[in-house]
Amino acid sequence: MKTLVFIETDSGVAVGSSWEALGKALSLGGEVEALVIGHAVEAVAAEAGARGATKVYRIDDPSRALFDLELYTEDVKAVLAETNADALLASHTGNGRDLAAAVGFDLGVGVIADCLELKAEDGKLVGTRPIYSGNILVDVRVDGRPQIATLRPRAAAPAPVTGATAPIVDVAPAAAKARVQVQAVERAETGEISLTDASIIVSGGRGVAKDPDLGFKLIRELAQVLGAAVGASRAAVDAGFIPYKYQVGQTGKVVRPDLYIACGISGAVQHLAGMGSSKVIVAINKDAEAPIFSVANYGIVGDLFEIVPALTRAAKAKLNR
Amino acid sequence: MRYLICIKQTPDTAELPKVKPEEAASGRLSVQLVVNPWDEHALEGGIRMMETYGGEASAITVGGEDAIERLRSALAMGCKDATLVKDTTADAWGVATLLAAAVRKMGNVTYVITGQMTVDGNSGTLPVALGRALGWPVLTGVARVVSADEKGITVERIVGQARHTVTAPAPAVLAVVKEIGEPRYPTFINIRKAARAEIPVWTPADLGVKVPVPVVHMSDFRKPPAREAKVVLFNGTPDEAAQALLDALLAEKVL
Ligand SMILES: Cc1cc2nc3c(=O)[nH]c(=O)nc-3n(C[C@H](O)[C@H](O)[C@@H](O)COP(=O)(O)OP(=O)(O)OC[C@H]3O[C@@H](n4cnc5c(N)ncnc54)[C@H](O)[C@@H]3O)c2cc1C
Ligand SMILES: Cc1cc2nc3c(=O)[nH]c(=O)nc-3n(C[C@H](O)[C@H](O)[C@H](O)COP(=O)(O)OP(=O)(O)OC[C@H]3O[C@@H](n4cnc5c(N)ncnc54)[C@H](O)[C@@H]3O)c2cc1C
Repeated sequence: MKTLVFIETDSGVAVGSSWEALGKALSLGGEVEALVIGHAVEAVAAEAGARGATKVYRIDDPSRALFDLELYTEDVKAVLAETNADALLASHTGNGRDLAAAVGFDLGVGVIADCLELKAEDGKLVGTRPIYSGNILVDVRVDGRPQIATLRPRAAAPAPVTGATAPIVDVAPAAAKARVQVQAVERAETGEISLTDASIIVSGGRGVAKDPDLGFKLIRELAQVLGAAVGASRAAVDAGFIPYKYQVGQTGKVVRPDLYIACGISGAVQHLAGMGSSKVIVAINKDAEAPIFSVANYGIVGDLFEIVPALTRAAKAKLNR
Repeated sequence: MRYLICIKQTPDTAELPKVKPEEAASGRLSVQLVVNPWDEHALEGGIRMMETYGGEASAITVGGEDAIERLRSALAMGCKDATLVKDTTADAWGVATLLAAAVRKMGNVTYVITGQMTVDGNSGTLPVALGRALGWPVLTGVARVVSADEKGITVERIVGQARHTVTAPAPAVLAVVKEIGEPRYPTFINIRKAARAEIPVWTPADLGVKVPVPVVHMSDFRKPPAREAKVVLFNGTPDEAAQALLDALLAEKVL
C-alpha cells in the first residue's frame, strides 16, 4: 500500500498533528510519501523526509501561504493522480477535515473522518472512530480508491526524526483561481498552546464566578507553570469570563490531553463529551458531590481560589519553574 | 436573498450516553430526539441574516417523516418555510447530493447555512461536500457575519487558533459555530404558525436524483472502554493537598 500524507503548514511551519498522521501512515507499512503545501516550506519538506517519508511532494507558492480549500483540493487531486497512492491521510484539524471531505466528495470516495485508530487490511483502511460524541465506537470502511482518512489530533505518536533524507519533488500549484479572499488574520498570542494539541489542559468553569478575572488569572498562571493550554466550560464562556475559542465540550472543542485539570467545573455530560477521553482527569471543586469526581482520577475538594495558587506554588517548587 | 438552513435531527445531548450500540447500528433510537445543537446556532445565524440583510430564511432536513417535528422547531424560531427531503438511506455524500438537488430545485438560494457538526455522526464533513456538490465556495468555522448581500459575504472564521476575516462571492455555503449567536426562544405566535404550517415533503425522485450508493460502511458498534475512575482525594491544607496531588501526577508521568 502506498500512502500520501498531507502535511499542513501555517506561516511556513508544520502543523504539529500532521507528524502524527505521518507516524500513523508509517505504522501501516508500505510506502509513505508526504505532500507539503504552503509558502516558504523548504524546511518542512526536509523534515518530512527526516521523519520517514520516502518522497516529498512540495507545492511552495505565495498563493498557498494560507490554506485555501479550493486551491488545495486541486493541488491534492493533481498529486494523487501523479503518485497513484492507495490512501490519503491527514490530521483532523479544521483544514485537514475540509480538505479530506472535498477531495473525497470530488473523487466519489468515502472519508473515514476523525479516527482514533487506523489499520490497513488487504490494501484498504479500517478506521475506528467515536460517534455519538464519544459515547459509541465504530469501525469504518470506505469504498473507492484512494482510501481517505483523517486522524484525530493526539491519537497517534508523531513520526520520529530519524535523520533520513528524501527526494523532494517540486510540483507547480494547480491552475485555479481563488474565490475566497482573506482580508485579515488575527493570530493567537505567541506561545499560546492549541487546545487540541495540548498534552496538559487547565480549565475553568462557573466556579470562578465570584471573581472571574482573578479566577482565570490563577488558572493561566498554573497553565503557564505546567506548560498547559487553558480551557473553559460553556458556563464560563456564556458568562463572558473567557472567549468561545477556549470552550471544551459538546459545542466547543474535543480534546484528549494526558492531563486535564478541571477547576470549578461540575462535569455535565456536555462537558465530558469534550474531555472524557483525557488520560488523567483532576477535579478541583468545592462540592464533593459534583459529578466530575465520578470521572476524575484525582481530586481536591476545596475552593479553587485557594487550591489553584497552591498548586502553582507546588509546581514551581517541584518542577523548578 | 434566501438563506437555506440545513438541520439534522439528533439525540438530546443529555441522552447521548444512553444510546446503545445496537440502536446506533440500526438507527432506531429510543432516546429523545431534538434539533442538532450546532444547527440551532445555524438557525439563529440564518434568521439574524434575514433580519439584518432582508430576504427569507428557510429550513431543510434530510431524514424520515419524524424529522418534520424538528422543522416545526425551525419555523417556531422564525424560519419562513421548511422542507423535508425524505430519505433515510444516504450516507454523508448522499445527503450532500440530495441537499444540492433541493437547492437547485429552489433556484433562489443565496446562502446555505449549516452547523459545524452533528452530535451523532460527528464528522463535520457535510458542509464541504455540499459546497462541492453545488460548486459553491465553502466557509467553515464561521463565528460572525460582518456583511452580506446578493453579491457576496464577509465573515470571521475560526481557523485553528487564529481568526480570519474573509470574503467570498455569493452563492456560498457557511458552516457556523456557537459564537454566531445563542438560539432564540420561539415566540407564541411562531409556535402556533409552526404547528399549522404545511411542510412540503420531497422525495429523491421529486428532485430528479437517485440516492448515491453509500460508500461508507460501519460495523462493530460498541461502547468505549469505561473509565476505571476511582477518584483519589487529597486532604489537608491547600498547600498539603496541592503537594500530594503534584506527587501523584509526577508518579503518573503526566507532568
Ligand atoms: C452515528 C452516525 C455516524 C455516521 N457516520 C458517517 C460517516 O462517517 N460517513 C458518512 O458518510 N456517513 C455517516 N453517517 C451517515 C449520515 O449520512 C450522516 O449522518 C450525514 O447525514 C452527515 O454526516 P454527519 O452526521 O457527520 O454530519 P456533519 O458533517 O457533522 O454535519 C454538519 C452539518 O451538516 C448539516 N447536516 C448533516 N446532516 C444533515 C441532514 N441529514 N439534513 C440536513 N442537514 C444535515 C447540519 O447543518 C450539520 O450541522 C453517519 C450517521 C450516523 C447516525
Ligand atoms: C446542547 C448543549 C450543549 C452544551 N455544550 C457544552 C460545551 O460544549 N461545553 C460545556 O462545558 N458545557 C456545555 N453545555 C452546558 C452543560 O450542560 C453545563 O451547563 C456546563 O458544562 C456547566 O458548566 P460549569 O461546570 O462550569 O458550571 P456549573 O455546572 O454551574 O458548575 C460549577 C461548579 O463549580 C463549583 N464551584 C463553585 N465555586 C467554586 C469554588 N470557589 N471553588 C471550587 N469549585 C467551585 C460548583 O460546586 C460546581 O460544581 C451544553 C449544554 C447543552 C444543552
